[in-house]
Amino acid sequence: MKECKGACGTPEQAAKLKAVIEESRSVPGCLMHILQEAQAIYGYLPMPVQKTIAEGLNISLSEVYGVATFYSQFSLKPKGKYRVSVCLGTACYVKGSDKILEKVEEELGIKCGDSTDDGLFSLDSCRCVGACGLAPVMMVNEDVHGRLKPEMVKGILDGYRRNEQ
Amino acid sequence: MTIKELDVIRAKKKALIDVRRTVREQGEKLAKQTGYRKQVLVCGGTGCTSSHSMKVIEQLEKSLKELKIDDVLVVKTGCFGLCSLGPIMIVYPEGAFYAQMTPEHVKTVAEKHLVKGGEIVKELLYQGTVAKDGSIIPFAETPFYKKQMRIALRNCGVIAPEDIEEAIAAGDYSALEKVLTSMTPDDVINEVSASGLRGRGGAGFPTGRKWSFAKASQGDIKYVVCNADEGDPGAFMDRSVLEGDPHCVLEAMAIAGYAIGAHQGYIYVRAEYPVAVERLRIAIKQARDCGLLGKNIMGKGFDFDIEIRLGAGAFVCGEETALLTSIEGHRGEPRPRPPFPAVKGLFGKPTIINNVETWANINPIINNGAAWFAGIGTQTSSGTKVFALGGKITNVGLVEVPMGTTLREIVEEIGGGIPNGKKFKAAQTGGPSGGCIPAECIDTPIDYDSLIAIGSMMGSGGMIILDENDCMVDISKFYLEFTADESCGKCTPCRIGTKRLLQLLTKITEGKGEPEDLVKIEELASHMKQSSLCALGQSAPNPILSTLRYFRQEYVDHIEKKHCDAGVCKALLTYSIDPQKCHGCTLCARNCPTHAITGKVREPHVIDKDICIKCGLCMSNCKFGAVVRN
Repeated sequence: MKECKGACGTPEQAAKLKAVIEESRSVPGCLMHILQEAQAIYGYLPMPVQKTIAEGLNISLSEVYGVATFYSQFSLKPKGKYRVSVCLGTACYVKGSDKILEKVEEELGIKCGDSTDDGLFSLDSCRCVGACGLAPVMMVNEDVHGRLKPEMVKGILDGYRRNEQ
Repeated sequence: MTIKELDVIRAKKKALIDVRRTVREQGEKLAKQTGYRKQVLVCGGTGCTSSHSMKVIEQLEKSLKELKIDDVLVVKTGCFGLCSLGPIMIVYPEGAFYAQMTPEHVKTVAEKHLVKGGEIVKELLYQGTVAKDGSIIPFAETPFYKKQMRIALRNCGVIAPEDIEEAIAAGDYSALEKVLTSMTPDDVINEVSASGLRGRGGAGFPTGRKWSFAKASQGDIKYVVCNADEGDPGAFMDRSVLEGDPHCVLEAMAIAGYAIGAHQGYIYVRAEYPVAVERLRIAIKQARDCGLLGKNIMGKGFDFDIEIRLGAGAFVCGEETALLTSIEGHRGEPRPRPPFPAVKGLFGKPTIINNVETWANINPIINNGAAWFAGIGTQTSSGTKVFALGGKITNVGLVEVPMGTTLREIVEEIGGGIPNGKKFKAAQTGGPSGGCIPAECIDTPIDYDSLIAIGSMMGSGGMIILDENDCMVDISKFYLEFTADESCGKCTPCRIGTKRLLQLLTKITEGKGEPEDLVKIEELASHMKQSSLCALGQSAPNPILSTLRYFRQEYVDHIEKKHCDAGVCKALLTYSIDPQKCHGCTLCARNCPTHAITGKVREPHVIDKDICIKCGLCMSNCKFGAVVRN
């Protein structure tokens, strides 16, 4: 597991997390909510953050870690600046989304679940974003790209690469 | 808000909503009462926003400003249902149904149609609404809409979901008013029981009975929960209700709270549905501000409030006990039943948990009576069911039909048939827990019991249409990959069973299958069904069992002949070039990613089978049909 370098995050992030814990700790069943907020603040859930949450709620770290690793939305690894997510729901699958995923993997040179070395892209698969009318579909952050063909993948990714230049 | 104030809103906005529900001539008369010459409804559901309907709205507002039109109202609604034609825009009172709109198209419609004395722009309409003689068919009369009956979706695509006044005028909170003013808790439960409403989440448990158990349970604190963790891939019914009419769910939960004596509700919704979550947040805030949630609702002394809890991406949390565990902030693992949630549920208190679509049916049942609802559908499955129609079908979208409608009507009439002249092979219902309905059962009426009789299940409402190019072994493998991935790992039969089934299926699709594998699959499947802790494991073998029942020959072909008829399972395919047809144009060789194709110009080419990765690019590129797949 990748640890944060030195002290984790900025003092502002730490203060925000502290405020979230203070605000929610008395609500029954607040752990998931706090983890979601923490992930919004840091982009992922590094170990020191999980430790802070465990201490703040006075529960064991293993309990926090257990919840963080149970749900697919929580990530213990940092994500890319552009999070590519190829839908592998049934409607997309029968329309060939597996071939789209292969093409993205080839184009980015990484496997599903990983990030590129420059931190620009990370790749995941997801189960149905609900845009079945546009199948097959992939998302890049909040943008939905639909009616995809493998040969369109490069052009879409190049568009994001150009943003960075 | 008091009942008097509710009536004021209804009176103020009624005509505005009615214009959107009536046919042309009456609509025009009604439009005069509203102060708006025209109303333009644009779909703001996830399907249409993904195809950029927000740009349509932006352009529309810009064009109206430029043309100085101030008597046209723009309304952002929920889903109209015909998602494959998005973004959709409907202009009332004409009911002109514009499809696949772009900002350019919007400009044209504004300039030619929305101006005073304008005319409908026929070439931009959904062509299904234009008759051969050029006259316009009301969209409600087109095959897609004609056989539908919208009860749960009654307000979706009609009202602006972010405007509580429109929701009230369209009928939301009228059932809660009736319940609080003239019904006892027992009356409410009796009405719901008599309607025959069964849970729309998949299992089909009678809703009224669930409520009466929770009412009978002793305890001063009880809870009402809405299951909006729609995890079945390819299903988006609940999301559409939440996006199109969130208030109907809040109202129904309050009614249930009154019936069983609960004062707190929770909505557990997938975090993957950002639009639905946002609309729910807005709806809850508006309802609280209006005194329709919170203390002393409508001044009738009843308290009820609702909180949202976000899921975090775990399919198993759709199972009710796992969902409750997740709300409590733990790993979403199921627990044994009994005790059922109605006795010991959330935080150990009596709880009723219903699915979004079930909640959406409560208002019409209370308002129109149990007998009305029981008269729709079949004897054992009353009412309607919403399906998310997807896969190899022309009209991908959201449909609501009376129970008992046949699969043929859904596929051929509403769905518009299979595209590209392909043959219908099967419909998959119930997702990873369900099974398939083969072509020979296409006249089966769709209701809970008929589907179970043919080895499938209603499920939550995903319906994926498969054609001759889909391999049933591969589809089973797809679902097993899903359940193996989503198994929570608490009980052994599910954790190891799904893995083992997946291994056996992978072996078969890779051409390494042996005849006894089918026996092993069937034996393991039956153990899993009997001994898994929750419905995820108990139903995980269903996709395999049902395809084995109807498409056993495909499995046998994969195992004995090492042949995949649909041409999906890569390991079983070989590509070759027919020298008679090959012109030696070199197109295939130039496009082959592994340089497996060689040959001289104007001479037949050859594929080296050792290097070929079976990507099929040569076949899709060849202009002479010379590449053969076996």
